[in-house]
Amino acid sequence: MKVTGHQRHGLWLAYIAHRLSGLALALFLPLHFWVLSLALNDRAALDGFLSWTDFWYIKVAEFGLVFLLSFHFFGGLRLMALEWLPWSARQKTYAATALAAGFAVSTSFFLSATIYG
Amino acid sequence: MTQPLQPDQQSLKVRIWRGAGDEGRYETFDVPVLESQTILDVVSYIQQYMDASLTYRFACRVGMCGSCAMMVNGVPRWTCRTHVKKITDKAGSLTIAPLRNLPVIKDLVVDMDVFFDKWVRAEAVHHPTRSIEQGVQLVDEETAERQAANAAIECINCAVCYAACDVVASNPEYLGPAALNRAWSLVNDVRDGARDEILEAVSGTGGCHNCHSQQSCQKYCPNELNPTASIAGLKRETAKFALQNFLTPVKNDKAKKDKAEKNMKRERV
Repeated sequence: MKVTGHQRHGLWLAYIAHRLSGLALALFLPLHFWVLSLALNDRAALDGFLSWTDFWYIKVAEFGLVFLLSFHFFGGLRLMALEWLPWSARQKTYAATALAAGFAVSTSFFLSATIYG
Repeated sequence: MTQPLQPDQQSLKVRIWRGAGDEGRYETFDVPVLESQTILDVVSYIQQYMDASLTYRFACRVGMCGSCAMMVNGVPRWTCRTHVKKITDKAGSLTIAPLRNLPVIKDLVVDMDVFFDKWVRAEAVHHPTRSIEQGVQLVDEETAERQAANAAIECINCAVCYAACDVVASNPEYLGPAALNRAWSLVNDVRDGARDEILEAVSGTGGCHNCHSQQSCQKYCPNELNPTASIAGLKRETAKFALQNFLTPVKNDKAKKDKAEKNMKRERV
């Protein structure tokens, strides 16, 4: 995908980042539900699966996942505010805030997972 | 108009789209660099001194008519109000193409019919409420509705927002930012007599709910209008309108019937 002339502005990038994070989360969901189903059907397999989270690279992947989730969540709030509240001229600030909030939540998660396991 | 390029004069490489319909290619021209030169000056220079068959559209040259809009280095702009020095890329080159999302008639001229047809489809035309005998309706400038109408009213139909919109590119049914912006202006205008019809027109196929809030329309509008805000307003009003119809369908049907009868009477007069 190539970002062309008229797309080179912050709010278009916020749009595409929101869309791609949503798609990535949708692709992850089947795996998420499958792992959850192990709690009912195969507890030993679930424990084995969860033990993977001790590996550093899985923690980094989890950081990415939490970032996608929190960024998409805050981006969704931004869009709902845009559509349902009186217009505000600070749209770029809100998009940047969604990104910062997503990063803050995922970094907190990563530090907590690294320190407390 | 300037003289033809002199041997020692600094020049600019300009790529211009040539062709008709879907067929075409870029042609390159060397145009002399001048002080305070606009993109329209560049196009006019090529047409007058290098290739008389180059076709383009312009009228006022001062940003009043909106007819000279083109894609300049991939961005829709009024060419008469865009200075070459402000937008040439690092290599000093310039690429000029017809407006995006509209059929090309020839070279830099697009067919605007689709654009204006969508204004009509969005009911973005004035629906009078008074006859000439009734005189001019007084408008209270202080109301929130009037201020919302005023904020959206300065559109000159240049189609820059339409060319900047990726939703129009991916969904040809989408009415587009300009038509919806105009519809929002009329929804807030006390002199317009078809609020419900407008809300119905903009909530159907290709209506305001197709907008993905990419905000390129407000980013590139040369008049600094904000179609994204207008479309957000329409989304809210159409949602309220649908809820109202759902909760009180009988009352609304009666109101519609009364209105239709009133319109028929007015047409007879």
